[in-house]
This record gives sequence, C-alpha cells and structure tokens, in this order.
Amino acid sequence: MTSSTPRLRPLPLIGLALWVGLLVLVSVWMSQQSYRWLPVQASTAAPLVDGLFSFETGVGTFVFLAVISVMAWVMLMHRAEKYDESDAEPIEGNTRLEVIWTAIPFVLVMAIAIYAIRVNTTLGVLGPMEHIHVRDPLEQQGGYPGDRLPPESVEVIARQWSWEFRYPNSGVSSTELHLAVDQPVTFRLVSEDVLHGFYIPAFRLKQDVVPGRAIDFNLTPTREGRYRLRDSQFSGTWFAANQADVVVESGPDHLSWLKQAAGQPLQSGISDAVQEYAERGKKSNPGWATVPPAPPPQVNVPGSNTLPHDA
Amino acid sequence: MTSATFPASEPKPSWTRYFSFNTDAKVIGIQYIVLAFFYFLIGGLLAMIIRGELITPAADLVDRTVYNGIYTMHGTIMLFLFIFPVLNGLNNLLIPTMIGAPDMAFPRLNAVAFWLVPIFGTLLIASFFVPGGPAYSGWWSYPPVSIQNPLGHLVSGQGLWLTAVALSGVSSIMGAVNFVTTIIRMRAPGMGWFRMPVFCWTALAAQTLQLIGLPALTGGAVMLLFDLVAGTSFYRPEGGGDPVLYQHFFWFYSHPAVYVIILPVFGIFSELFPVYARKPLFGYVYVALASFIIVGLGLVVWVHHMFPSGVAQWMRNLFMVTTMLISVPTGVKVFAWLGTLWRGKLRLTTPMLFCLGGLFNFVFAGITGIMLATVPVDIHVSNTYFVVGHFHYVIYGAAVMGVFAAIYHWFPKFIGRMPYEGLGKLHFLLTFVGANLNFLPMHPLGLMGMPRRVSSYDPEFAFWNVLASLGAFLLGVSIIPFLLNMVSSWVLGPRATHNPWNAIGLEWLLPSPPAEDNFGEHVPTVISRPYGYGLGQPLVENQEAIERELNLQEARA
Ligand code: HEM
Ligand SMILES: [Cu+2]
Repeated sequence: MTSSTPRLRPLPLIGLALWVGLLVLVSVWMSQQSYRWLPVQASTAAPLVDGLFSFETGVGTFVFLAVISVMAWVMLMHRAEKYDESDAEPIEGNTRLEVIWTAIPFVLVMAIAIYAIRVNTTLGVLGPMEHIHVRDPLEQQGGYPGDRLPPESVEVIARQWSWEFRYPNSGVSSTELHLAVDQPVTFRLVSEDVLHGFYIPAFRLKQDVVPGRAIDFNLTPTREGRYRLRDSQFSGTWFAANQADVVVESGPDHLSWLKQAAGQPLQSGISDAVQEYAERGKKSNPGWATVPPAPPPQVNVPGSNTLPHDA
Repeated sequence: MTSATFPASEPKPSWTRYFSFNTDAKVIGIQYIVLAFFYFLIGGLLAMIIRGELITPAADLVDRTVYNGIYTMHGTIMLFLFIFPVLNGLNNLLIPTMIGAPDMAFPRLNAVAFWLVPIFGTLLIASFFVPGGPAYSGWWSYPPVSIQNPLGHLVSGQGLWLTAVALSGVSSIMGAVNFVTTIIRMRAPGMGWFRMPVFCWTALAAQTLQLIGLPALTGGAVMLLFDLVAGTSFYRPEGGGDPVLYQHFFWFYSHPAVYVIILPVFGIFSELFPVYARKPLFGYVYVALASFIIVGLGLVVWVHHMFPSGVAQWMRNLFMVTTMLISVPTGVKVFAWLGTLWRGKLRLTTPMLFCLGGLFNFVFAGITGIMLATVPVDIHVSNTYFVVGHFHYVIYGAAVMGVFAAIYHWFPKFIGRMPYEGLGKLHFLLTFVGANLNFLPMHPLGLMGMPRRVSSYDPEFAFWNVLASLGAFLLGVSIIPFLLNMVSSWVLGPRATHNPWNAIGLEWLLPSPPAEDNFGEHVPTVISRPYGYGLGQPLVENQEAIERELNLQEARA
C-alpha cells in the first residue's frame, strides 16, 4: 500500500482512525497513571494540582505520540531507496494546513491555561496563594467562611541550616512541624539569613522564604501521617540536609502534643548541619570554604527527622 | 568569468593560524567550536562527578562544599563556555558563507569577541584554585547566598565567577553586533529577506535577543559584584536591598537566553530536514517569521521562573498565558518539519539521525515545558529534578544533538574531508540512548519531590538516581566515537567535494574548504528561494557554470 493518495481510499482512513483511537486510549491510561507518580495527597491543594497534572499528562501523551507516530511512519515508509538520488515531489506549503496547525496548539494551550487559572483561583480561595495580600472581596466583606479562618498560626523560621516552628498561641517551639488534620493553618515564613524554600511535596505547596520579608501562607492538611519538609531554594553548603518532618495528627492528638510540649524545657533542636560541621572540622582536608551553620534552635521539642515518612 | 573565482592552487594555510589572532570568520568559527568542545569535556567531567555523587543517597563521594562548587561550575561552563561559543562558532562559519559575504562586518571585533572566551574561561577555571574554592551558588547566583563570601577575601570564587560572566556578556554583545550587522548589510545580490536561509533568520532573531537582554544580566551581575566586594546593598536585605530584584534582572535575560540557544538549533533542523528528505522546507515564510514571534513573546515570560518567589496572583496568571502562547509558533515549526519529512525521500545519514533524535527529544521537552508553565504544577515541581530533566532534554536532547547534526553536515565544507558514517552512527546511538536514560528518570524524581542542587537525598529516590547515573556514564562514553571521528577524519578522511550531500545553498557553491574571502569579487546573484529541492530551478545566476568549474577543479586535484 502506498501513501500517495491517502485521502481517497477508505482503508488508510480506517487505519488512521484505529491508530488515533489507540493513541487516545493510551493517553487516557497515562493520565490515570500520572497520579501514581506523585506523592500521597495530604492537603486540600493536592487533588487540584494532581487533577491538572493528570489532564496535562493526557493531552501531552497524545500530542507526543501523534508527532512520534508521524516521525516513525516517514522513517519506515518514506525512506529513499538505495541509490535513489532523485528528489521528492516538491510541496512547498499549504496555507490551509498551516492555519489548522496554528489553531490546534492555540486552542489546546488556551484550554490548559483556563483550567490552570481556575485551579489557581480555587487555590487562592483556599488560602495558599493569597500571601501577597491582595485581599479578595469575599474576605473584605467579612464573608470569609468560618471554617476557613485559620485557628492556628505557626511561625516558621528558616536558617542556614535548620527549621524552627513556633506556636505563639501555645508558647511552644519545635524543630518538627505538627499540624492538625483538616484544620487550616497560617504560616508566617521568615528567614534569618538567605533565601530558603518551604516545600512539602505531599502538600504540593512551595513558597520561597525571603529574608527581610514576612510571608503569610495558608494551607489545610487533609491526611494524617509523617511527611518531609524540604528546603527548595538553594541555601548553601548544607542545603540538601535542611529538611524537617511534618506530622499531621488528629485534632485531639494535636492538642495534647501542644500541651505536653509546652511543659518541656528548652533544649537543642535538630540541626544535621551542626553535627556534620563538627565532624568535618576533624578532617585534614575538609573541602572548600563554608559559612558555619547557625547554632541549633532552642526548642521545647526537637522531634525527629529520621523516622520513616509517607512522602 | 567564473574561472577567476577559484584560484586552483592556493598556498596551504598553516594550522598555526588557529592559535593566532586571525580575522577570517572561518578560522574564528573553528576556533570557537574546538575551544567549546574543550570546555564541554571539562563540563562533562564535572557532570560525571555529580552523577557519581548522586548514585547513592548519602553525600559520600565529595564534600558538600565541593559538590556545590562542581554543580555550579558544570552549569556555568556548559552554558557560557560550551553552548554559546559553539553556536557562535557555527554562526561564524555559516552566516557569511550562506549569505555570500566575504567575512563578517567587523572582522577585528569578531576576533576580539572570540579571544575573550579563553580569557574569561581561564578566569573561571582558575577559580577552582583560589582559597575557598569556586562559586557555589548555582548558575543563577541568587543573593544573599552568592554574596556571603565565607572567607571574606577580596578575591573569591564568586567574584571571579561574576567577572567571567560579565566578560562573557561583553563578548556576546560584540558577537551579536557583528552577526546582526552582517546579516542585515552583507547579503548577496538578489537575496531578499524571503530568500534568506532559515538558519540566518534564526541567528538574526537569537542575536537580537542577546542585544536586548544582555544589558540586564550584565547590569544585574555588576551590581551583585558591588554587593560582594564593595559592600553596597542593592540586594542585601539588612541594608534595605531586595534579593528578589536580582531575580528579575537575571531572568529578564536568562529566559531569552534559552531561545538564544534553541533558535539556531531550529535553524539547523530547518536546513537539514529538506536536504535529507529531498523536499522544500514546508511553509518557509511562516517558519522564518515564527522566529520573530518567538523573540517578541520570549521577552515577556521571564516571571515563570519566579512563580514560588512571591509574585502576585495576576502576574502568575499573566506570565503563564504568555508562556503557553510561545508554544504556538514553536508548534508551527515542529509541524513544518513534519510536513517537510512527509512523503519525502529520507536519507538516514548521521546528521539526519541527529536531527530526528533531536526533534524527538524536543517534542518531549515541549510537553514538560507546558506542564511547567502552568502555575499550580510548577509550584510543586519548580526547583526539583523535574526541571533539571526538562531543560536537559532541551539542551542536551535537542540543542546539543542539533549541534552534532550541524557539525557532521558542514564538516566536509569547512574541513574539506568527510567524517566517517559508522562512527557517526555509533555516536548517535550512544547519545540518544544515554541522554534518555540519563534525563528521563529525573522527571519521576521531581514529581516525587526531590529538590535540585542537593548533594544527598532520601533513600526513596535511589532507584531512579541509579538509572540516571548509568545513563550519564553512557553519555560520557558517547563522546569517544565523536572525538575519534573528528580527529581521524580531519587527518585521514576522504576528500570532500564541494557538495557531498547534494544540498542547495550558497555555501555549497564554494569549494570545500572555501577560500579565505569566500566568493571574493564574484558573489553570485540569488534568483530563487532556498530549499528548491525537486523544483529544478537554479538558486543563483550562472549556477551551471559555477558548478562545472568546481567539478573541474575537483577532478584536477
Ligand atoms: C554529560 C551530560 C550531562 C549530565 C550527566 C548532566 C547532569 C546534570 C545534573 C545531574 C545537574 C543537576 C545538578 C544539581 O542540581 O545538583 C545538572 C545541572 C545543570 N546542567 Fe547538566 N548535565 C549534562 C550536560 C549538560 C549540558 C550539555 C548543559 C548545557 C549546555 C548542561 C547545563 C546544566 C545547567 C545549566 C545546570 C544547572 C546548574 C544549576 O543548578 O545551577 N548540562 N546537570
Ligand atoms: Cu524561561
């Protein structure tokens, strides 16, 4: 079968339709698979982000496979015969085709953009994207739903290289972040030295911590478990070790943790960097220059960052 | 009349001219490319150390300070000392010969721009040996980390880094002035804008971006240098400065910089697909103009690198939309290449394989790029390995593969000898498999939440990292057949005729290698569009006579 007059024959058309159908199936399957590439969903933001990602994976898979199919087809079917030095039939362009293939990507990306803006807006209403203090009208009219008013605020202090969490309402400080499930929380993110990134993959949320600014950041955890908080904006030598655990627990558990914590004396919190820095000093050839780590924060509860985590 | 064009026996120029201040664009082009590959080997070696460290979760191969210095220098060397210089080398070889100019508009400026490269390259490499080690704050060099200067000396790795980057900016501006002027002023008679090869269109677009963007980077870097060594507070929060301001300066240039890299590669694809598919470039005018649409949009997307930095919601949405729009002219090009291939008579030579492989990788990168453009997904994967995977697909998978394609395709023209196909195909296979094995696993890692720039990681990331490291080592091996091929064919390869690929273009109407002043006084008059494969029209007046003369000359040799 040659492809010289593909449009007029029914057989190639049926073949094409079957192939496109197959690609659609694969794309749908990939978009379902995409959820498995992501960590567990542990915040209200996570399902929204994952839904968008899944949609993009589906569309992307289809576009990718369609383009690759054409490439594979021409490589198989449109190869020059050996010793054939002649040129192919000169087709210089086709305005109608060019218009179509400008329109298709335009429509596709605008569809994705609209979807993404809607997710953005929802996330904004839920809290996490509103740290810039463009107050939304709902809030100004005092109509902010009560269950979304964060009852708990946590001050997050990022340093080279440790995380400290303070609960001003309870007078507690810790180097392990404890949150109550399904309760909105407001963070106040500050840095004492350089840029850091407040990133909890299981929550799908990330916000740079900028020295000289206090950034308000809201979220609502939705799943109990132990997760990782990772520094996501390069902060120097022990950047990779600047991680803390996030424990999401039930409301009552959280209250009793706070109560117990408040009774503990201040002690050194977790700082892997301080430990490594001390060991490094003993080496004869420790490496290149580094800023020394800040001393470990003095906290009520050091917590742990070595227990198994869910994500 | 044409016989005077090509004196039959020129004195063979000495190889030592490659080590001198030479003003011939063809010499400068080769100087750029060879020097760039020297730095490519250094940058690649550093990449091997990175992947060696990351093959296990713990930071156990090198000290963390060393890791940070090495990943910073890897990125910096690869961008400023490999990819920009190698592309400028191609510009030097191709722009004058493709438009029929004897040389660049400002040959001395051209040579100065080149010689700045080894100067700032040496400065950068020297920073490995200053007390305290090289810069370690990434190729973004975001303050305040980049101005912490742990030893407090006046001369620090970071200071040398900033000086080198500023010099690189000066060199690139000089180059850009030259390329833009040459393309605008020195085209052969009859070569109107819409008879100009697409490579020249993309070079013009890319160099225009350099001229607009580089002052921002250079200004931003000089202010950073002042903060570092003179105690100013442009970006120091303690002194009332704003670290986020630097990010705007930096990305206002550095986003367009990615188009400076990829546009010429689009040019290479657009040149090579027609040759090896034996068909005209599909929709030539549209492809040519799309480059300038990309330039316009490319200048207004930089905030997509700053979505988690703390920018307003409306800005996030706005820059998301502009970023998505760029995929439209880009998609147009991809479809035009497919249209060119469709029902062609494909010849899967080494350069063609590199183009096809590069296109494959580029399409993949485009899709992850759209994902990164959408704010909610970007918030999750920004600064993770997803981004590292994405941009290595662009830069290695598409740009470096395109550069290899260009080298294999134009090697006969400028060296006068044919590269070996067998070694070339082996090189392609190792590169394609190695790049995919190296960079594909980075995407799941990023989705799982592994940050970039880490010297250690949690054990759940080990599996994909082992795969990535194996791919990296394969990529390391892939360079061996390339180097073997280049050296052996340069010395021993079969002599190349003036047009071994049966390609259409002014450069293929010159002997291989061309005389120093290319066409000299006898610049042919262009009478048709480029890529007239299968149309049977000559490209220039008197084409038959010119070709007859070249054939005679080759028969005599
Ligand atoms: C030999 C093949 C290569 C390998 C195995 C490789 C590997 C890597 C890895 C693992 C990183 C991430 C380091 C980290 O975040 O800790 C990285 C960063 C980077 N690479 Fe490559 N790479 C290769 C080639 C290239 C090429 C050809 C270019 C550009 C022309 C390039 C440009 C960069 C840049 C700009 C960065 C970012 C550095 C930063 O975060 O500041 N790489 N590379
Ligand atoms: Cu960008």
